[in-house]
Amino acid sequence: MPKHLYSGNEAVARGAYEAGVKVCSAYPGTPSTEIFESLPQYEPALYCEWAPNEKVALEVAYGASIANVRSMCAMKHVGLNVAADPMFTAAYNGVGAGFVIITADDPDMHSSQNEQDNRRYAEFAKIPMLEPSDSLECQAFIKEAFEISERFDVPVIFRMTTRLCHSKSLIELHEPIEIESKPYSRNASKFVSTPANARRNHASLEKKLADLEAFSNASPLNQEIDNPGATIGVISSSVAFLYAQEAFGDKASYLKLGLTFPLPMDRIRQFASRFERVIVIEELEPFMETAIRAAGIECEGKAMTGKIYELNPQLVEQRVLGIQKPYVACPIKLPARAPSLCPGCPHRGFFYALSQNADYVICGDIGCYTLGCAPPLNAMDSVVCMGGGFTLAHGMAKAFEMLGDKRHKVFGVLGDSTFFHSGLTGASEIIYNSSSVIPCILDNRITGMTGQQDNPGTGRNLMGGSAPVLDIEAILRSMGYDKVLVVDPWKLDEVKAAIKEALDHEGHCALIAKRPCLLIKGAPRTARRFAVDTQVCKACRKCLKLGCGAISMKEGKSSIDPVLCGGCSLCAQTCPFGAIKEA
Amino acid sequence: MTSMLIVGVGGQGAILFSKILTEALVEKGYDVKMSEVHGMAQRGGSVSTQVRFGKKVLSPIIGLGEADILVSLEEMESARYCSYLKPGAIAIINRYRLLPGSLADGKESYPEGIVDFMSAHFETHLVEAAAAAQALGNSRCMNLVLLGAMSNLEAFKDLDWETVIRRSVPQRLLDLNLKAFEAGRALPW
Ligand SMILES: Cc1ncc(C[n+]2csc(CCOP(=O)(O)OP(=O)(O)O)c2C)c(N)n1
Ligand code: SF4
Ligand code: SF4
Repeated sequence: MPKHLYSGNEAVARGAYEAGVKVCSAYPGTPSTEIFESLPQYEPALYCEWAPNEKVALEVAYGASIANVRSMCAMKHVGLNVAADPMFTAAYNGVGAGFVIITADDPDMHSSQNEQDNRRYAEFAKIPMLEPSDSLECQAFIKEAFEISERFDVPVIFRMTTRLCHSKSLIELHEPIEIESKPYSRNASKFVSTPANARRNHASLEKKLADLEAFSNASPLNQEIDNPGATIGVISSSVAFLYAQEAFGDKASYLKLGLTFPLPMDRIRQFASRFERVIVIEELEPFMETAIRAAGIECEGKAMTGKIYELNPQLVEQRVLGIQKPYVACPIKLPARAPSLCPGCPHRGFFYALSQNADYVICGDIGCYTLGCAPPLNAMDSVVCMGGGFTLAHGMAKAFEMLGDKRHKVFGVLGDSTFFHSGLTGASEIIYNSSSVIPCILDNRITGMTGQQDNPGTGRNLMGGSAPVLDIEAILRSMGYDKVLVVDPWKLDEVKAAIKEALDHEGHCALIAKRPCLLIKGAPRTARRFAVDTQVCKACRKCLKLGCGAISMKEGKSSIDPVLCGGCSLCAQTCPFGAIKEA
Repeated sequence: MTSMLIVGVGGQGAILFSKILTEALVEKGYDVKMSEVHGMAQRGGSVSTQVRFGKKVLSPIIGLGEADILVSLEEMESARYCSYLKPGAIAIINRYRLLPGSLADGKESYPEGIVDFMSAHFETHLVEAAAAAQALGNSRCMNLVLLGAMSNLEAFKDLDWETVIRRSVPQRLLDLNLKAFEAGRALPW
């Protein structure tokens, strides 16, 4: 059979299709995004969508499960915080057809604001959890996940990590199975979570977990790999297992766990009893180690491997076996290549305008526009989580009110996708509990940061169809913003005037900076390019304050790389001497 | 097993490079793993992909002192990742400089001495990919020039590059990319 290179994400999508999944809902987030980007090819066998946020995605998938079709949702690790509420209760209730919750964690924070270990959620919410190690297991385990969900009447957490999601390895393709759906009939005592039902459901969940532990002890998802004569026993899971296998080689025997909640404690006990040293190799939290110790089984682990950032084979070798491979470090100081807003990015002008006044407090949010925090713009006071921009701003404004501080003016800034994700509630908070915050939506007509996904404002859906466009301006007006100013962020005067008008306004005013992201496929792009007249340029460096990657100092004068220039004209608008003109 | 690092600056085509390479290796019957880190959509950041191939590959990623071959699409990036190389490993470096944003203000200049440092520690091959790509009228195909140059290495001698390039590149860019690959292959080594 031919073999294909699939990333872990692509393999999960393929496996779910082969398992007969019918309804799939997700909100994008690195490193999970490509799971859903590779689902539309399996249409019409399945339905898939971008939900406005993770809570919605989980609920949609759970609803489909209640209606007796196999369903799944996917999100990055922090997305599960947003979706946690329905998840905990879904665990009590159980499922209709198989229901799988995919969480993609990001050890090392390659593209995240924290590196929380979502394995803790499995234990906390009492939900069984599978952890594959490579693409082949992603494809196979997702099928097991649906089986386990149906057999034990529970949701299943499918936990991935960045290196699994974004690593490609070989898989074989299989045909999808045909699943016959049970006809739907109401089962209120199961799915209506009243206290009386929940009490009963909690008791039955505990019983299911006991059965699941017995299953875990017998399951081939957990397997032993014996090396004769080995004195070390390694217990590991996920991609960390591959690191361990490479570091220890045949010096160790392995208990490789694919079903890591509930842990197969009898198997672990039996395995551990055969070795002088038992070492747990896992990234981030001592999730397995703590449980194994608590069961009275001696083992080592985190004291050597550490619980921050990610591992790799060399780190395991170095930290556990004390072997340091020789390498050469570069003695030359290398300047950083930090990410920055694209040249021509619509976000730049808005932050440039806000950066001009030190009394402006800017509560930012998560998206490309987070980069407004970077030098030289330095236009941000806080970024915490999606949706936090408006609400942190409201809190700060209330604090300034209490302190009698009239100097600071507070702006809450977030993007269009973030607005639909969780900015709507903050926008209503500002009206309901009236504060002076000016909510600003940087509407670049796409979900930019995660690589161009559609959202309720773009007019398209994940399957490529057209969709209604939710009108942000109309939404804000209906909430009670009596002034909503829509500006073009490529026009600095317009932006500055709007900020002034908003600050002077008596009632509630919101700002929308509207212009498409330059990377949107097929979006209209300007062909104009700008250039510096070196005769006129006085090297005042004012244009450099924009932080545009196309502009740099060359031979003492400002210079624009015509290949990189995005044609926004902001530099021409800021040059006090008129040295920058259309080329 | 052979471990490789392909590095450069966002937008230079390190991912396409790795895609063609890995598919050619799969065709040849190797076990292959490739790992890329992506997430930030913007251009201009430092990017790296890792490729490992052999009879059986375990981990998709490596740590310090573990890579056999480095391909760098930009000069300074080679030094940024040099600690991942085994001493004496092969380094293929594009003699092409992209000014990082942090140097835009002109207060400091592009670091000198990178090529000397790399040559002192590694079996370094310098490739003038920019000139070759410009001669073809499109600087965006530097990645394929480097791939062509790299294909001269013993480890890649008899891979079927052309079939894979034909599969991986959009029709309108195919001719350019095939020419770029051939130009790289013909460069003095
Ligand atoms: C709870 C949560 N879900 C998902 C993400 C991943 N994520 C980061 S930014 C972003 C999209 C931001 O899009 P938008 O608000 O439109 O701003 P843009 O990037 O287009 O400027 C997403 C999905 C996250 N950080 N947190
Ligand atoms: S991807 Fe779009 S929104 Fe993000 S920085 Fe680039 S132009 Fe701006
Ligand atoms: S060089 Fe000037 S016009 Fe071109 S993208 Fe940068 S700021 Fe805009």
